Amino acid sequence: MKDPVLSIKNLKIALPEGADRDFAVDDVTYDLFPGEILCIVGESGSGKSMSANAAMGLLPDLVRPVGGEIIFDGTDVLKLSEAEMMDLRGKKIAMIFQEPMSALNPLMRVEDQIAEVFEAHGLLTPKERAARAIELLTEVGIPDPQKAARAYPFQLSGGQRQRVMIAMALALEPRILIADEPTTALDVTTQAQILELIRNLQEKHGMAVMFITHDFGVVAEIADRVAVMQYGKIVEAGTADEVLDNPQHEYTQKLIAAIPKLAAEETEAPVGKTPILEVEGLNKTYVTGGGLFFSKPRVVHAVNDVNLTLCEGETLGIVGESGSGKSSVGRCLVRLMQPDSGTVKLAGHDMAQLSGDALREARKSIQMIFQDPYASLNPRSKVGRIIAEGPMAHGVSKQEAYARAVKLLELVDLDALAIDRYPHEFSGGQRQRIGIARALALEPRVIIADEAVSALDVSIQAQVLDLLADLKERLNLALIFITHDLRVAAQICDRIAVMQKGKVVEMGPAHAIFNNPQSDYTRTLIEAIPGREKELAAAG
Amino acid sequence: MADFWKRFSRNRGAVIGLAILAIVVLVAILAPLLFPQSPWRMVQRPFLPPFAMDQYPLGTDALGRNVISGLAYGAQVSLLVGLVSTVAALLIGIPIGALAGYFGGWADDALMRFTEFFQTVPSFALAIVLVAIFEPSIQSIIAAIAIVSWPPVARLVRGEVLSLRSREYVEAAILSGQTSLTIILRQVLPNTISPIIVLASLMVATAILLESSLSFLGLGDPNLMSWGYMIGAARTVIRQAWWLSFFPGVAILLTVLALNLIGEGLNDALNPRLARRGK
Repeated sequence: MKDPVLSIKNLKIALPEGADRDFAVDDVTYDLFPGEILCIVGESGSGKSMSANAAMGLLPDLVRPVGGEIIFDGTDVLKLSEAEMMDLRGKKIAMIFQEPMSALNPLMRVEDQIAEVFEAHGLLTPKERAARAIELLTEVGIPDPQKAARAYPFQLSGGQRQRVMIAMALALEPRILIADEPTTALDVTTQAQILELIRNLQEKHGMAVMFITHDFGVVAEIADRVAVMQYGKIVEAGTADEVLDNPQHEYTQKLIAAIPKLAAEETEAPVGKTPILEVEGLNKTYVTGGGLFFSKPRVVHAVNDVNLTLCEGETLGIVGESGSGKSSVGRCLVRLMQPDSGTVKLAGHDMAQLSGDALREARKSIQMIFQDPYASLNPRSKVGRIIAEGPMAHGVSKQEAYARAVKLLELVDLDALAIDRYPHEFSGGQRQRIGIARALALEPRVIIADEAVSALDVSIQAQVLDLLADLKERLNLALIFITHDLRVAAQICDRIAVMQKGKVVEMGPAHAIFNNPQSDYTRTLIEAIPGREKELAAAG
Repeated sequence: MADFWKRFSRNRGAVIGLAILAIVVLVAILAPLLFPQSPWRMVQRPFLPPFAMDQYPLGTDALGRNVISGLAYGAQVSLLVGLVSTVAALLIGIPIGALAGYFGGWADDALMRFTEFFQTVPSFALAIVLVAIFEPSIQSIIAAIAIVSWPPVARLVRGEVLSLRSREYVEAAILSGQTSLTIILRQVLPNTISPIIVLASLMVATAILLESSLSFLGLGDPNLMSWGYMIGAARTVIRQAWWLSFFPGVAILLTVLALNLIGEGLNDALNPRLARRGK
């Protein structure tokens, strides 16, 4: 076997006092060999990014390595001075990040940012740098590289920005590329393209790639070897096939089991059930820009003539990529956004026409669960107050509202004592349960879940999905589930509407959408789901 | 709370500032006990230099009044004006900023143009005019300072509210049927409190400076001894009696410095993520 290019031995990284554990990375040992893709997988807080950050000298201020070594080229990286680190970074080890928009300088043209990499290491003349920038952009497959080189980051799409980041990382032909969740912020179809690009470049340049991710689907697509981390320790390591097909450690098994399966079960069509929500001809356009004289205003048709019906006790999924208008539909339904035209009939009332007290009254029966469990709870209110506020606003006495809050907390499997605590004392999954309890407090008949599980780790995600399914059954709720994740949609939805550019391109029972998609767009979406081929192969 | 104090005390300057301010507050409260006689009363020969007599450690002024007694009573005036005018400015600025930020549209336009009207007039000139119109008294000085210093509060609160308004918990509150007033009071404003506290601590310092400047120009309350008045009265004799303007000047400097240091410490303690990185 070849010698490893990077070898991490017994690395220990200490967290500041008062953190939930003593070591971010606890006695971790692994090797990265040339020409391979090593995936480091783990849930949030598992310490999966920490060893890579340590190798780059990018640890946060209060976090420091206290033991072990990181050997690169015969020297211990942890002992290098800052000047020596600067020479190493970019030149020998390069890194790409999760959010290309914040990793690129918004005020600099793309070519200047790439040229800066050479400049930082004192290489090439300015003219050569510009030429090399174009070459690199061509190599990472950006359409029209000449034009892209002159563009500012905000003029490029998310996928293109990530390609620019990759071009910058490749500029000095590094021996190691560290990719920290590089596709998490991207749509599935773009993600598939970027993964393919990384794979191709790795083969072409013979680099070693350390790929950090939380997504087992991505692992199945790209990994040669896998290391699974939990609480700062590597619990299992091996080749991709070994780990994915035959996981040995309990935690790995649990993680893999928690991934929603792609196959949707055939469900009974909701025959004879009464529709509770009927949406007809819903339209919403955004107009941006349009100065006094020169520029033409940019008109975006976010919701374009959307028709939907939702029956009692049914779960309707709205899936689509970012910018497809799926969230706008949800917001128009609850009137957080005023639709331009169309009717939203909720139990006889047209939500789109109501205002004032009538709207407040009607909103009692349609509530929402939000995406971000950290932003959706007021950090300065206690949990009891957060849940009781709704009923109190509708005239329920404080005592009764709090008593109901306790019952709701029990309903979502939280301790009743939670009412006297602040949101920051809870984990992401628990916060999302509080959000669900708040939505249920007004005894709604329809709940809109807008990317309600997207911010959660897979294992937590599975629990919250189970809870939602269970509550739906017990309380006879109708659910509109808005998501970008087709796996999640397959698991929970009875029917699915696929949206693209503001239009519903396909709608039907979930199993029909997955097994026999009618529109080209749906087919592309389904094919792009990471890990799908492996799952199909496993299913035979 | 303990956590807050830990972060605050990490900034050494802030702790020093707090100590200085504590001394000033103590002196202001104890002034009537330490110096039972009125600071206006003539107690010795004029121009007694400092440290000449134990009874009058900082000397006497042109009329033979005790300087240290004047400083102690002046502390009362400075702190009173600083605090009350800041509270008054907050009471004007917070509602205007919150309404403008929350409702947006024409309400925002109207309220912000109104705010800009006050911002474009040089604040000290406006304060002079206001005090001159209303006759100098402690009430009119406080009112004038409040009127010239609320616009920054309104702009700060508006900015904070604008960013908080689109938070998911505010949307959840709208969906749960709460009225706009409840949402502003319960969901939005409590989350703007940290930057307001920091700004307020700096505004107290500015208010003390403004009051001193007004008294220096002879627009102070004629019945109250204040630091600005003492400097103003001493300016004609600055070459014979340096201590008459020096000690009140130092008092103003230390108090304003203390408030600024505290403001910075509060900023570090309330916005831990923005705190300057520890070396």
